Amino acid sequence: MTVQPLLSARGIGKQFAGVEVLRDVDLDLMPGEIHALLGENGAGKSTFAKIVAGVHRPTRGSLTLNGKPVDVASPIVAQRLGITLIHQEPISFPDLSVAENLVLGRHDGAALSRVPWAAMTRDARALMDQLGVTIDVTRPMRGLSIADQQMVEIARALASDSRLIIMDEPTAPLTPKEVATLFTIARRLRDEGRTIVFISHRLEEVRALCDRVTIFRDGNKVATDTIAKLTDTDIIRLMIGRQVNEYAAKQAHALGDVALAVTGLTSPGLFRDISFTVRKGEIVGLGGLVGAGRTDVARALFGIAPAASGSIAVNGRAVTIRDPAQAIRLGLAFVPEDRAQAGIFRTLPVDHNITTAVPGRIAPRGWISRMLERALANDQIAKLRIRLAALRQPIGELSGGNQQKAILARWLLTDPQVLILDEPTRGIDLGVKAEFYEMIGALAADGRAILLISSELPELLALCDRVLVMAEGRLTADLARGQATQETIMQAAVPRAARAGAAA
Amino acid sequence: MNLLRALLMRREAGIAVMIILFCLAVGLYKPQFLTLNSLRIILLLVPLIMIGAMGQMLVITARHVDLSIGSIMAVAAMASGMMFRFAPEIWWPLGFALSVGTGAVLGLFNGLLVTLFRLPAIIVTLGTLNLYRGLTFIMSDARQIDRQYVPSALKAMSQTSPIFGIPWIIFMMFGVALLTYWFAMHSRMGRQIYALGSNPVAAPLRGIDVTRVTLVVFAISGALAGLAGIMYASRWGFVNPSNTGNGFEFQVIAAVIIGGVSINGGSGTVLGTVLGVLLLGCVAAALPLLGIPGAAQNSIYGAVILVALLIDRLVRRQGLKAMVGARA
Repeated sequence: MTVQPLLSARGIGKQFAGVEVLRDVDLDLMPGEIHALLGENGAGKSTFAKIVAGVHRPTRGSLTLNGKPVDVASPIVAQRLGITLIHQEPISFPDLSVAENLVLGRHDGAALSRVPWAAMTRDARALMDQLGVTIDVTRPMRGLSIADQQMVEIARALASDSRLIIMDEPTAPLTPKEVATLFTIARRLRDEGRTIVFISHRLEEVRALCDRVTIFRDGNKVATDTIAKLTDTDIIRLMIGRQVNEYAAKQAHALGDVALAVTGLTSPGLFRDISFTVRKGEIVGLGGLVGAGRTDVARALFGIAPAASGSIAVNGRAVTIRDPAQAIRLGLAFVPEDRAQAGIFRTLPVDHNITTAVPGRIAPRGWISRMLERALANDQIAKLRIRLAALRQPIGELSGGNQQKAILARWLLTDPQVLILDEPTRGIDLGVKAEFYEMIGALAADGRAILLISSELPELLALCDRVLVMAEGRLTADLARGQATQETIMQAAVPRAARAGAAA
Repeated sequence: MNLLRALLMRREAGIAVMIILFCLAVGLYKPQFLTLNSLRIILLLVPLIMIGAMGQMLVITARHVDLSIGSIMAVAAMASGMMFRFAPEIWWPLGFALSVGTGAVLGLFNGLLVTLFRLPAIIVTLGTLNLYRGLTFIMSDARQIDRQYVPSALKAMSQTSPIFGIPWIIFMMFGVALLTYWFAMHSRMGRQIYALGSNPVAAPLRGIDVTRVTLVVFAISGALAGLAGIMYASRWGFVNPSNTGNGFEFQVIAAVIIGGVSINGGSGTVLGTVLGVLLLGCVAAALPLLGIPGAAQNSIYGAVILVALLIDRLVRRQGLKAMVGARA
């Protein structure tokens, strides 16, 4: 007789605003196993975890818990069913005590029923003892380290006697010692017969901890197997093994002088010893996994969060960049990754959004000329083929791709010599993507230096003259066009203990 | 020793120290400030603010604010005053029920606007501040409730004492503070208020009924403002549609903030709020003694709040530094 799975997922699918992010996933989680979910950014592993934990509702498919069909309608339902999702940076109530955080939402009771402080504290202490951690349960959550906060979350899972504990990239913010503690506890929980789902990018951790592994790619489950049967190369191949989409490959053209040179750029805790150059007319890709420090490098270059040490030279001249205004004067432009937060002025009209970086050109004598502003904006809208209803429309009403074009238009008006693009095509549909690639190619052909941060390997391969790869804050590869393949980039992007040791 | 250190670490210690330093400073200049009689004066100045502050503390802890309490106080006082004028023979404690009930209903209305339409409380209560004030004029035909209509038994509460010569209303204010303490620290609903203010995004994920908690908080604030309304009639013996409760919200919010209740929600204690109210009372009692004209009092209040906030920020920054230093 075979063991009954704790949780069975059948045909799970999920769409966000019409975009399919998860397709027809079947997965069995067994009692007493640690099961890894692996995949590139956006492969669907976190979405799957969130569906199991009631954060998202699946568009299609069903879940069975202990043989009974269940509808995990909300995180509260999940908790009652014994499913707990532990976020990388746990959600907690910073002003409440650790003990209160453990029980909040667990007890139902009348509004005016008494809070049993003494019993609550006693139970919380017992849980901490069970986990073998020393956290004062009467202190507030605020100020606890991330590791300790995760421990509190695990304790909370135990308090509600969760049979399934999902950890979404728990180790990323932890020190090696904290990781070791976490693993010890995870193994102990497994030996008690609980199921742990472990989401991570770090292969060596998955190997050290997990029994089985499921690999996601582009919203599909591509493989489930015991970890011992797969080599690192197998796993990486499974993670990226999609067809390389055929984008119009970049036209070769002559490169000019070095436009941007970075030497030994270091920002403690974010990135270390980053050195590279970008020449005029060159597109240099910057690949790596989310959290590798790519955006931090871009923010340092643009003066948003200047690096602690290292030097930057623009057009051969050493410069120090302390704030974005200075970066703009030096001919740099930065199209940020999170356009909703850092890119657009949502409620302002499209034309304001486009002309906002060049006040001098629309207000030659100190006051804004509506005519100049309109002409300038219209010009850009035609050039970049931005689709909109009216020039005075709030930019928030435009589609993501057109918002992104408007931001690009803004920076093109400053006539930048060095253009830093951070995930410029994220969340943009395919047609607009192709237009973007053409535009980026044309900008390079025009003699501009372009640094393109992207998590999409086909994008890097199609567009870039050179691909730099970062992992855990360091540059791990500098690949010429001929050398760069999906495999070589991924090999350099996946953090591995061995390489970290060799580089130190 | 450890107990002493733990006490000093608490935020309330800072306010207590401020009170002591302020009183000593004034006492140095005017020794009569440090007498039992001036304690009596201080305590008689603050009951209304204290009661309003208990409600406001809960509202601010839930990451909202209630600007309308002064107007609620006026409507509630006016309702009871009109009842007394219309039916002089009525059993006077009914005034308490009417005022508290009126306040609760108006507070609930605030809460409904905030929860149903997801409007920021500062805007909603700024609106109802004016709406309710206007209501006071409409219901009273802009006429004051004069002394002779306020039952003498009600007025006596502010003068006569059950024990030690301490008037009833001072017992009442500490009674309300104790009840609030129990509610905030030992009831489930109370802790949910703290959770909601501490992390509004996470609260519904942990099964907290955010709408219900918000409604309760505004209803309590309104009810306590109503209680302050009937006590206004007791203390001053009249109800005036334009003066009663005018600027009340400012004094109450000032006391709550001075008392260390974080405007960002989630943290605030009854003890701190009580001390904040007392500090404000000390300042109010000291001003005439020091010969500062009434016209300058608002400026002084404002300055006291800013100084208190500044000290608090400096203390907290030091605390933070100590913490970071310890970790490094």
